[in-house]
Amino acid sequence: MNLVESMRIALRALNANKVRSALTMLGVIIGVAAVILLVAIGTGVQDEITGSIEGLGSNLIFIFAGNFEEGPGGGGPGGISTRQFSIEDAELLQRRLGSEHAVVPVIQGPLSLRVGNRTMRTTVAAGNENAGEVFGGDYLGGRGYRRSEVSAGARVIVLGATVRDRLFPNQDPVGETISVNGQRFTVIGHVAAQGGSLTGDQDNQVYMPITVAQRLIGTTDVGLIAVKAATPDDVEVLQRRIRQVLSPRFGDEFSVFSQEQTLGIFQQILGTLTFMLAGIAGISLLVGGIGIMNIMLVSVSERTREIGIRKAVGARTYDIMSQFVIEAVTLSVAGGAVGIAIGAAGARVLTQWVPTEVTAWAVALAFTFSAGVGIFFGVYPAYKASRLDPIEALRYE
Amino acid sequence: MSETGGILSAKACDDARVVLEARGVTKTYHLGEVDVHALRGVDLSICDGRMLSLMGPSGSGKSTLMHIIGLLDRPSEGSVSVEGEEVSQMAPNELAAVRNRRIGFVFQSFNLLSRTSALANVELPLVYSGVSGSERSRRARAALERVGLGDRLGHLPNQLSGGQQQRVAIARALVTEPSIVLADEPTGNLDSVSGVDVMTILQELNTHGITVVLVTHDDTTARHAERIVRLRDGLVVSDEAVADRIWAAERRDAVVEEAGGVQA
Repeated sequence: MNLVESMRIALRALNANKVRSALTMLGVIIGVAAVILLVAIGTGVQDEITGSIEGLGSNLIFIFAGNFEEGPGGGGPGGISTRQFSIEDAELLQRRLGSEHAVVPVIQGPLSLRVGNRTMRTTVAAGNENAGEVFGGDYLGGRGYRRSEVSAGARVIVLGATVRDRLFPNQDPVGETISVNGQRFTVIGHVAAQGGSLTGDQDNQVYMPITVAQRLIGTTDVGLIAVKAATPDDVEVLQRRIRQVLSPRFGDEFSVFSQEQTLGIFQQILGTLTFMLAGIAGISLLVGGIGIMNIMLVSVSERTREIGIRKAVGARTYDIMSQFVIEAVTLSVAGGAVGIAIGAAGARVLTQWVPTEVTAWAVALAFTFSAGVGIFFGVYPAYKASRLDPIEALRYE
Repeated sequence: MSETGGILSAKACDDARVVLEARGVTKTYHLGEVDVHALRGVDLSICDGRMLSLMGPSGSGKSTLMHIIGLLDRPSEGSVSVEGEEVSQMAPNELAAVRNRRIGFVFQSFNLLSRTSALANVELPLVYSGVSGSERSRRARAALERVGLGDRLGHLPNQLSGGQQQRVAIARALVTEPSIVLADEPTGNLDSVSGVDVMTILQELNTHGITVVLVTHDDTTARHAERIVRLRDGLVVSDEAVADRIWAAERRDAVVEEAGGVQA
């Protein structure tokens, strides 16, 4: 008996038990869809973060308080005892590295804004006068804050696109007054929409001098110091210089990453996360496979008489075996195909909220895995069926 | 064939070939601590192109014997040969191939695949002998026409009467052109008219050269054959020719009338 014949028999049997076949497939469908969807999210987020870090330019260096460089667990990421940077540390670096390189102390925190009766909560990203140069952004109107405003702690603010649209719909905000945590600020500029990024939604953000932001948030700490090298070739030398400058003050308790290294760290973390998600989804696929085995075992004992008849008229061991294996594989592969379709469709819908990307390898993996599940969990019931004694099988009621 | 019929039957075949032969066949079932001796040393030879009845009360071992000569079961001792080929030592797959090519089965309970059309049921043995699709369909049609069901090809078993189902089963048994058809109480589940029709077909097959073995406990059914082998307690107790053989085709009118009378 050839393969086509086995498949016809298998399809006929599955067709005869439509509801049961559909429910059995559901296990695989959910498993495969989960694998596709979760891997798509993982990959999508990874791509976006990679893109946003790369978008910053290849000559960026980030300095964090705390020792991250000894790997997970080593030193701990900025534990309580870790000393934080201050604006003075940034100024020291600026002096020692030279003015051709831009040093920006960065702080971020939550704020509430109010204009008239409109209020909203948002995030502030504050730096010094070089912030615009380091992080980019196109001004639609107005300007960025100046050095004098940073040193004076002037209450000036630049609005992200979302904030502007919410608080000043159809209106030029430049020169308007806005209440930030109850204090009056003057809007000096607004920037074009940029889309999501590493630090969250860049458009739902406001920018102001770090000196003002520290007062608003109530801290003298600086979250990170960003350094933009004059050319990408300076990055390595600069990293060494930065270590020399900061070591006397902080010992080991700080970390210096080039953009490339940052990228590597994020990719590693997100890659691990993606595999974890795939693993969790894989477990549901495994459960689906056990469902197939269960149903195939039921099917074999239900069809004992049929097996007896087939053997009586000349079916050999492998004829029966292949019939049942193909049945199981058909269930799992059909379930896999439907699962891939559902997973891909779900990923498309989710793109509205989370970046997703359906990759060929995830599809291939899910498909192969589901076929494998069918074979693995189908073989035992099929073996059982093929070993039935024809007489016992024919007598079976 | 001699009237008295020796139990050792090489001589019983005269000039005809022995198509199926059992020698010293025993079958013992171990049920817990009790051994049940279903067959206790049976010799049987079946001549090519003849019609034979295996008769006996229930528990006589006739069904066990049929399963063994049909290669569905193995003897505990003794040997079985089909068309001169020793089969006792064959592997399950080899036995399956011999069943497929040389033996057709007709069971009391029909044993058709439900949810499968009459045509597909008849095609089944050909599927396992590797006959191509179109050839299979052609031969299955021919077999169904031969049993008078040429207009019921697409019907499912549950859309057919018992007699029609049994005729489908007969078509399935003969579609591979086997040398021997084994029929186990083929009329057991049928009304008398359908039973006569089935016996008519079996006798007709036999006149066309197919060896037919009937397994039955019923004396009337058994007398449709030309020879009756009686079993009791796992042994052959007699082997004799049928003096007043019944021809099903000749009885049909009488049976129909009788059945009609009962129904009316």
